[in-house]
Amino acid sequence: MTTSSHHSAPEGARANPLPARRSRGTKVRRQRVKAAWLFLAPMLVALTLVAGWPLFRTFFLSFTDASLSDLGAANFIGFENYLVQENGRWFGIMADPTWWQSVWNTVYFSVVSVSLEVIFGVIVALILNAEFKGRTIVRAAVLIPWAIPTIVSAQMWAWMLNDQFGIINHMLMGIGVIDNPIAWTASATYSMWAVIMVDVWKTIPFVALLVLAALQMLPKDCYEAAEVDGIHPVRVFFKVTLPLITPALLVAVIFRLLDALRVFDVIYVLTSNSTSTMSMSVYARQQLVEFQDVGYGSAASTLLFLIIALATVAYLYAGRKQLQLGGDA
Amino acid sequence: MTARQLSKIAKRVGFWALIVLIMVYAVFPFYYAVITSLKPSSDLFRVELWPSTWDLSNYAQILTQASFLRAIFNSIVVAVSVVFIALLLGITASYALGRVRFRGRSTVLLVILGVSMFPQVAVLSGLFEVIRTLNLYNNPAGLILSYTIFTLPFTVWVLTTFMKQLPMELEEAAIMDGATPWVTITKVFLPLMWPAMATTGLLAFIAAWNEFLFALTFTLTDAQRTVPVAIALLSGGSAYELPWGPIMAASVIVTVPLVVLVIIFQRRIVSGLTAGAVKG
Repeated sequence: MTTSSHHSAPEGARANPLPARRSRGTKVRRQRVKAAWLFLAPMLVALTLVAGWPLFRTFFLSFTDASLSDLGAANFIGFENYLVQENGRWFGIMADPTWWQSVWNTVYFSVVSVSLEVIFGVIVALILNAEFKGRTIVRAAVLIPWAIPTIVSAQMWAWMLNDQFGIINHMLMGIGVIDNPIAWTASATYSMWAVIMVDVWKTIPFVALLVLAALQMLPKDCYEAAEVDGIHPVRVFFKVTLPLITPALLVAVIFRLLDALRVFDVIYVLTSNSTSTMSMSVYARQQLVEFQDVGYGSAASTLLFLIIALATVAYLYAGRKQLQLGGDA
Repeated sequence: MTARQLSKIAKRVGFWALIVLIMVYAVFPFYYAVITSLKPSSDLFRVELWPSTWDLSNYAQILTQASFLRAIFNSIVVAVSVVFIALLLGITASYALGRVRFRGRSTVLLVILGVSMFPQVAVLSGLFEVIRTLNLYNNPAGLILSYTIFTLPFTVWVLTTFMKQLPMELEEAAIMDGATPWVTITKVFLPLMWPAMATTGLLAFIAAWNEFLFALTFTLTDAQRTVPVAIALLSGGSAYELPWGPIMAASVIVTVPLVVLVIIFQRRIVSGLTAGAVKG
């Protein structure tokens, strides 16, 4: 997003003093470039070993019938894991309704939870940006959900959402919102909302902190001007603050969106392999580990990877356009 | 009292009410886990905001379980090693990326950014194969290796932004004195990079401590598990009868160190998160 501009700026600034010394500096320079690659090598090797090569193997395995117990004995079967027609019927992931259900679940989860996180994150950030006594304490408290491991927060909420003994049902029944306890994590209707609830709780701090950082960099004078002119604070927010923090919001949204599209932990712990909340990651892992079908699971992983890559590219493209428009205005 | 004063007071009350609401929302689930963990099992199913009886039986139960203690030990070993490796590889790589201009630099940065956006599931089967080939299946070393996929890109990225901000003159002086790049890093930059390294190290530690998917997939036996997996798999007699008391006690035990770290290093964490994201 802002990568290129950010990285080129210091270079340009540094380019000036160098040419004068170039004749003397060439040897040093060459030595430095050599050292640079030497220093990069361990990291590049590590990333190849844990990211590049495994990704390539996942692609490869998705075209085979490999099984977990014997990865070596895999046969190449082309696109059969993805889609194949046999005796007039379609098989493969593309023909599996559970896969499409998991795609829909993931998209639904991502859009709803990221939207809620952004809305509440901005509200929390606006509050933390105000000057008041005890601000540090409130900011530390807000950070707590972020620090708690996802597994632990899922377990904590599972306990609070427990249908018989959970405090949430207890309170809701106490104030008369519901008459009978809700089976939050087991029912098809509510389990997705339970998952979203936990995710929103856990990630508001992240969004709030990013937005807060952006808010603290805003120039004070336009607010003073707005106050002098007696413009309503809500109007000031939408006309001044929001456009100015949009770049930070876009960054927060893409980080959260990428995270949400690969969601696994919360869903697995809260509702295990239930189809009504199953995400793409849960589906792929279930095929891969529980059903031992590495070929099929790898095909699901590959599709997930492609979907996320596509979403990233589309978002970066749209984001850049919007940023440029914002910059022109 | 005028209407103006009244509305001012109403605004202040509303503001503080909102702050209290945010505080309760952020802290309550953790508070509830703490009080649940301190209840004797006979009281567990009585819903209350302040327990009428206290005891430490849940803690006694979980801390006498050899597999849980083992999981804590594994988690510490894994997280500390991951931090160490990420910082070691990260500091050298970030020197190259932050201080030296060479062809292919922006490609390397782009690759790093790309890797940090990988869905973990996308490499699951390939990584499983690598780990099995290296004979690291069901071994914390396999987790240490696999965790570099998400800690390393992040560490390199943040350290590079910090490295860039250091003044050019420092390095020039070192070059004039004939220092090799390695000496420049260890003697000139390292002392200045401690705050940045503390921040990224802390974030890498938290990420490794919390990781679940790889830990669940690449380990098999109780003795090799890390804490998140141990907590997720704690179960009682049947699926409908989860041991909530011990689960909450275990949750509190693994969370308290993190919460303390976060509160102490609040400022650092915030600057690390925003450096990773806003400047990215």
